[in-house]
Amino acid sequence: MEPLDLELEEGELELPSEPMHLNMGPAHPAMHGTVRCVLELSGETIMKADVQIGYLHRGFEKMCERGTWAQVFPYADRLNYVSPMLNNVGYALAVEKLCGIEVPERCQWYRMALGELARISDHLTCTGAMAMELGAFTPFLWFVKARDMIWDILEEETGARLTHSFGRIGGMAAPPTDAFKELCKGSLERVVTLMEEGESMLLKNRIFLDRLEGIGQISGEEAVALSWTGPCLRASGVPYDVRRAYPYLKYDEVEFDVPVGTNGDNLDRFLVRLQEIRQSRRIIEQVIEKMADDGPINAYAPGVMLPEKHDVYTTIEATIQHFKLVMEGAKVPKGEVYSYTEGGNGELGFYLVSDGSGTPYRVRIRPPCYPIVGGLQKLITGRMLSDIIPTFGSLNMIGGECDH
Amino acid sequence: MSKAALEKLQAKFGDAVLETHSDCGDDTALVKAESWKEICEYLRKDPQLDFDYLVDLCGVDYPERAAQKQRIEIVLHLCSISKRHRLRLKARVGSGEEEELEGAEIDSVTSIWAGANWFERETYDMFGVTFRGHPDMRRILLYPEFVGHPLLKTYPAQRAQPLIEYRTEEEAGVPLEKQAPFGDDEGMSFPREDYDRDVEDPRTKLNPHKTEAI
Repeated sequence: MEPLDLELEEGELELPSEPMHLNMGPAHPAMHGTVRCVLELSGETIMKADVQIGYLHRGFEKMCERGTWAQVFPYADRLNYVSPMLNNVGYALAVEKLCGIEVPERCQWYRMALGELARISDHLTCTGAMAMELGAFTPFLWFVKARDMIWDILEEETGARLTHSFGRIGGMAAPPTDAFKELCKGSLERVVTLMEEGESMLLKNRIFLDRLEGIGQISGEEAVALSWTGPCLRASGVPYDVRRAYPYLKYDEVEFDVPVGTNGDNLDRFLVRLQEIRQSRRIIEQVIEKMADDGPINAYAPGVMLPEKHDVYTTIEATIQHFKLVMEGAKVPKGEVYSYTEGGNGELGFYLVSDGSGTPYRVRIRPPCYPIVGGLQKLITGRMLSDIIPTFGSLNMIGGECDH
Repeated sequence: MSKAALEKLQAKFGDAVLETHSDCGDDTALVKAESWKEICEYLRKDPQLDFDYLVDLCGVDYPERAAQKQRIEIVLHLCSISKRHRLRLKARVGSGEEEELEGAEIDSVTSIWAGANWFERETYDMFGVTFRGHPDMRRILLYPEFVGHPLLKTYPAQRAQPLIEYRTEEEAGVPLEKQAPFGDDEGMSFPREDYDRDVEDPRTKLNPHKTEAI
């Protein structure tokens, strides 16, 4: 063993002062989603950050240009895989806007109810995962238990828990089941109870609050300049919600509040999401009241809707129509359209260009979390390394839609 | 209100606004690529228009317009959160029949809306349009070694990308613990195949569903 009292030059005792480079991700255990942060650290402070995405790029837009308009639905499901119903409905609304179809009232209420259920599951996942990444594993279990109840309803309705592919151009794949209203009434109460239980465990936790409060702050003007939308923008105090600003479906006929934050920090983003779950519950309760128990679910649009199965088997006209719709696809009028809805993370837009054929010429998605993750670099530069985890968690990056 | 935006735009810039329409309720203006940034600045700064929120920026490829140097259409969606109106702005750039674009350049609007940064990088990545004055013009969704720009209509959907070679120890400058596990065949008994068949019209190759009515 070397003697400790070796005569050293003074400089050798100092810690190295040149910046350290660190690759965080693309598969970091404390971050959900595949994203890579290339960091330049001085001690624990982040001097420079470069956020790199694209690890889940699947060429969504290129794939859409190869099938029919209706074949986009399964792809749209896989964009935001914690709230696929919102994407389904968003895409359906875009194509319907281009075709000039309006779906029956019952279908609009039904889409709203399913969409809000999906929004609850989206927010539960985000807040739960955020807590888990900070070491609070138990609340995550509460939130996931609540989310499972939502998924049970969606499974009952659509037959699939996660990727429903339930939207159709001009309607939905199936009408609501007889038990739908009862299921919602029964589950929502318990979902909110579970959520409040998990919330009460977190919001009195000193460690949790210390890591959220005042971290990752952004002002309203900056957030708008960065093209932020959704809960992240509202946490900065800008009350912009597509459901309120540009009502679609029946959102102008229900009462709900748009919760906003004041500081625009991680805690506000967390709280806004929890409040939105309560608002979604309010919306669903009103929708259940107003949705008729019977009536058509699909619009009369023979050019795009598949005919009734019974007719396909018994009449030649319906058989031909079915065949042409499946083989050539629905002919969508020539033109371009931009349609936007409020997704789980903010404004979910679809820009469609049609050349009048059965294949989309261009399907462009405007994923809400793409510009939000684009602002991450700004939030973490100059902060501590450990602040990345709660900040990234509160932005709710969904790899599928962010990376297209 | 946005109808008024179109009128204001036409009154202010006159010849630079080539076309306008309001199909499906979306107000659209096609403008000259040279005045792109000037028009964007006006839309952002004018107190009555006040387009503070850049919704989306993307490209659309029209290979048949290559001869007029209008192959790539840059589509910009704007919204004003305070004034509640929206506008779609378009400009056309670039020529070139195949995958090599010529003159596909347009001014960057990152200095006007900070959020344009990643959208412009994505458009560069997918279409190969260069944005003049962009602070960080790199690929974003794809990796640096990717060949071509996949959302061009002339890019075959089935194309296989070349394998990226492992770094040698000289290139890395440090001893590498990991070495390429296999040779060029990736350890497979048969080589990679490119499933492209030779079809004359690239559009029919891209759209197998685009058949004539039966």
